[in-house]
Order: sequence, then structure tokens, then C-alpha cells
Amino acid sequence: MPTNAPSAAHALTDVTASDRTLRRFLHGLPGVDAVGLEARAASLGTRSIKTTAKAYAIDLAISMVDLTTLEGADTPGKVRALGAKAVRPDPTDRTAPPTAAVCVYPDMVPVAKEAVAGSTVKVASVATAFPAGRAPLSVKLADVREAVAAGADEIDMVIDRGAFLAGDYSKVYDEITAVKEACGTAARLKVIFETGELSTYDNIRRASWLGMLAGADFIKTSTGKVAVNATPANTLLMLEAVRDFRAQTGVQVGVKPAGGIRTSKDAIKFLVLVNETAGEDWLDNHWFRFGASSLLNDLLMQRQKLATGRYSGPDYVTVD
Amino acid sequence: MSAVERLSVFKTYKLYVGGKFPRSESGRVYEVTDKKGNWLANVPLSSRKDARDAVVAARKAFGGWSGATAYNRGQVLYRVAEMLEGRKEQFVREVAESEGLSKPKAAAVVDAAIDRWVWYAGWTDKIAQVVGGGNPVAGPFFNLSSPEPTGVVVVLAPQESSFLGLVSVIAPVIATGNTAIVVASERAPLPALSLGEVLATSDLPGGVVNVLSGRTAEIATPLAAHQDVNAIDLAGAGTDDGLAKELEIAAADNLKRVLRPQPVDGADWAATPGTERMTAFLETKTVWHPTGALGASGSSY
Repeated sequence: MPTNAPSAAHALTDVTASDRTLRRFLHGLPGVDAVGLEARAASLGTRSIKTTAKAYAIDLAISMVDLTTLEGADTPGKVRALGAKAVRPDPTDRTAPPTAAVCVYPDMVPVAKEAVAGSTVKVASVATAFPAGRAPLSVKLADVREAVAAGADEIDMVIDRGAFLAGDYSKVYDEITAVKEACGTAARLKVIFETGELSTYDNIRRASWLGMLAGADFIKTSTGKVAVNATPANTLLMLEAVRDFRAQTGVQVGVKPAGGIRTSKDAIKFLVLVNETAGEDWLDNHWFRFGASSLLNDLLMQRQKLATGRYSGPDYVTVD
Repeated sequence: MSAVERLSVFKTYKLYVGGKFPRSESGRVYEVTDKKGNWLANVPLSSRKDARDAVVAARKAFGGWSGATAYNRGQVLYRVAEMLEGRKEQFVREVAESEGLSKPKAAAVVDAAIDRWVWYAGWTDKIAQVVGGGNPVAGPFFNLSSPEPTGVVVVLAPQESSFLGLVSVIAPVIATGNTAIVVASERAPLPALSLGEVLATSDLPGGVVNVLSGRTAEIATPLAAHQDVNAIDLAGAGTDDGLAKELEIAAADNLKRVLRPQPVDGADWAATPGTERMTAFLETKTVWHPTGALGASGSSY
């Protein structure tokens, strides 16, 4: 399995040499056939996944969940409860796998770290003035350093959409590289594009490449704080980008759709997209994640249905 | 020019789930005939997934419906009667065909069904006084019991009385604030499916009543085992002892309330019902409230 090499080592080094070369490269990416993309995403959503394949998909999806709480009202108690749930999602069934990570605000990292201690569950922290990203770079970097110092294993940063939409790609690039540097080797970096604010599929493709060129370990659709979050189409587009990026540079980058994925059926559709687009190498929680909170309960209810043959209900999973 | 004979327009009978009229998720239909075996219509043959969707819709509607004032629920139930009155002809025809009754007899059945809605509409804000109230307790407490709806109730509609029997089992369930999933009579589902159209235009919020047609045994089995269903009325399982027993066993798993099939024949549905069908799906909540310290001179209340 290819691993992340420093971004300077790959074949596209000269692309990032100057503002002009970067712009020429990003605008030289082929345009996205929006109708074709949506049709492809929709057709892949019609696969029938049943019985043992469904059981496998549900367990895989559970293991890929970044169990998230990003509210102003988050308390240490809530984060601890979330951590406990991530470690053992279904207390009545020890065969249910733990989730990939818990995702919290930077000040909750120490609490989350303690809650998941001794398990495989990682702690992800949003940073860089999440969710707007409207803060000076020095503040954003301080935000990241604090989170990493507190023990975050993963950093979810937001790009400066204003700069991106204004065409100031170098500024976005430089910011991502600076944050990547602040993460060091201690934390993997997820770059959030907020696809709902990028307006076009072409922009999502450009942002994906920009993020990967700047050294992102993961590219992530959205913050979950705007009207349009992860959709099958924009996730498919990003999966194509990571596939093509690996083909060109040998560097594998992960993908994380976030927000709006609430049912097992949706989650399984995304897994089909992954398998059919990026391939089996990405069917692992090191390379694919779901940013979600309510999804986990639905996955657990479906899991109980498969185990017992009866439909389960919300009374039989934890409230969060 | 010869007169062209007009082609009749057949109605597509559909399910009523969550305030919408979907076809069965399975795409299946089955033929419904009158008593003599003449074809009447093709109706959806629901699958367990339709049942699952109906439970989701009923659960979603429960908060709003149980939270509505009893007075408001009464108005909505009365509105159902009003709407039925305007479509009486259609129901008379469907009941006559389904049950092999003469037009006048079918008209009497439909009238009785409309009156049944009005009867239960009156009960919505009175049942609490009958089954709840203040309890005398040996202590300085106000002790008050009030009935609350059980939740999502599965109703297996009577197999023979396709309309009066149907109304007699749905109305008491929703009158008290429960939401219902109704499995229509397997042999005569047309009045039930048409009732869905009436309910949709009666200010009844979507999802409060969900109507499924198909094989009773096929749909009822997953519903009886469903963990998010709170009660089941087995009125329509009565003709099959094995089925009723099987459903009771499945329902026991999450302690559903079960209303066992009652030996009711056609005539009895016309009799004025008691409150049993309402109280079967109520939970009693009792509140103890301290009256405060009793002074030397006794209670100030």
C-alpha cells in the first residue's frame, strides 16, 4: 500500500513552483461533465447489497465513522459519552467494531483523548477557525499547534473559500502547506473544501487537486454546517481525483464525505462509489471516513436487524 | 359519424404511508374480486419493507399528533366524518361489491361508519376524565392519574367487515393520540385504501394513519416483531388461530401491548362500542405532588 511521501517528492513539483504554473495546471484540468457525473453517482446508488455483503458493509462503515460533535454546547460529559460510544458502539454486542475516530473542537481534545485511551479510536480535531476559516493565518496555525500538542491524531482544517473563489490559489496552497507543517508527523491532515460553497463541480475538482498538491492526507467534502454537504456526486468527483492523483504521483490520499449521511443505505451507496471508483485499496478506515453522528445509530439498528431478524428501533441505541 | 364509446378510466389503488400514496416498494400487486369472483381492481401487495417504512412514518408523526390538544384531535376526527359524507356514494359501491351487500344495506353500513367517526370524535376530550382523575391517597399529596397514548400501534383490520369494522378499529386508536399502521382486510382492501384518500384531505397529519394492503400474515409478522412498535391490535388475525398466537409471541419480545382478537361477527360491529378499544392503547401516568407542610390547623387547601 503506497504511503504519503512528502509533497515535494512527487512528479508534479514544478506545478506548484509559482502562482502562474499552479493556476495553469488547475485550470487545465478537464472540465467536469455534470450530467454524466450525477448519472454515474445515481446509477452506482442502485446496487443491491444484501445478506453477508450487507453485514460486511455495515461493519466496514461503522469502522469508518468519525463520530462527530461540533456544537457550541459541547460539554466534557458529552465528549466523554461520545468517546465511550466510539470505543464500544453497541454495548449489547461486543462484535460491533469501534469507530475510526471521534471528531471534536480543539479545546475538547484532552477530554476526548482520555475517553478513548487504550483503544484504536483516534481523536480528530477541527482547527483553523472552523467552520468559517475567516481568521489570520497566525491564529489558524496556533489553533492547529494547540490541538496537536493536546494529542490530536488528526487535524480537520478548512480552506479559505474566499481566497479560492477569488482565484488566489497560491494563498490557499500556502495555507495548507503551513498547516501541514504545523501538524508535523504527529497528526494526519484532512482538508475541508466546503463543497457546498464552491458552486461548481469544476471548482471541486480544482480544490481537490490543490489540496492534494499541498500535502493533504485526506480531502473532505464539507463542515456539515452549510445547506449542501456531502452528496454522492461530489464524493465521486473527489474519489476520481484521489485515484488519478495516485496514478500520477504514487501518493495515496484519503477521502471523507461529511454531513448529511444519515442512513445505512446512504453509507453503503458511498462504499459502492469507493469500490467502483478508487478501488479496494480505499476500503479501509485509513483511507476513507464518514463524518457523521446520527449515521452510527442507523448502522447499529441495521446491524441488530441482521443479527436478530427483527427491525430495531431508536429505543435500543444510545441517544446522543 | 358514429358515436365513439368512451373508455372507462380505472383507478390505481395505492398505499397510504406518511401522507403520501406510494405503490408497494416490491412493485407487486394482487387481484381483488367481489364475492362472486369478478375482478374489481389490482391493489398493492405490500412487503415487509413497506411495513418498515410505515413504522418510520408513524413514529415521526407521533410527537405532533400525541401533542395536539384532545379538542383538536376531536375536530380532525369529525372532519373525517364530514369528508366521508361527501364521498358516500363511492364507499357504498365499494362496500356493496366487497361484501356482497345490496345497495341499501351497504348504505346503512357506510352511515354507521361515518357515525362511528363522530362518536369517537366526541370521546377525544372526555376519555381522560373517565379513566384518569385525582386519586385519594393516605398522605399529604395530590395524586393525579392521566392517560397517555401508547405510541405506534399496528392494527390488523377485520377481514370480513371491510369498512365499518375498519373504522371501528382505527378511530379509537388515533382518537387518544396514538399513530396507526393499518393492515387492510386481505380479501376486501378497497374501502381501506379509499379511506386513505379521505384521511389525506381531513387535516389529519401525514403518518398518523398508514394503510397497507396485502397478505395479512406476511405484513403482520415483521410488524409484530418490530422493536419500534408499541402495541398491536389483532382484530384481523382472528380467523387464523395459528397466526394470532405466532404474532402474540413475536410481540412479547419488546412487551408490546396486545389486543387479542375478539369474537366479533358482522352484526356486532354495528353495536355501539364501549371504551375498551381506546383504553387498550393507553398508558396511565400518575403524578404525586406534595401539598406542602400541614400547619397546626390542618391543610390550607
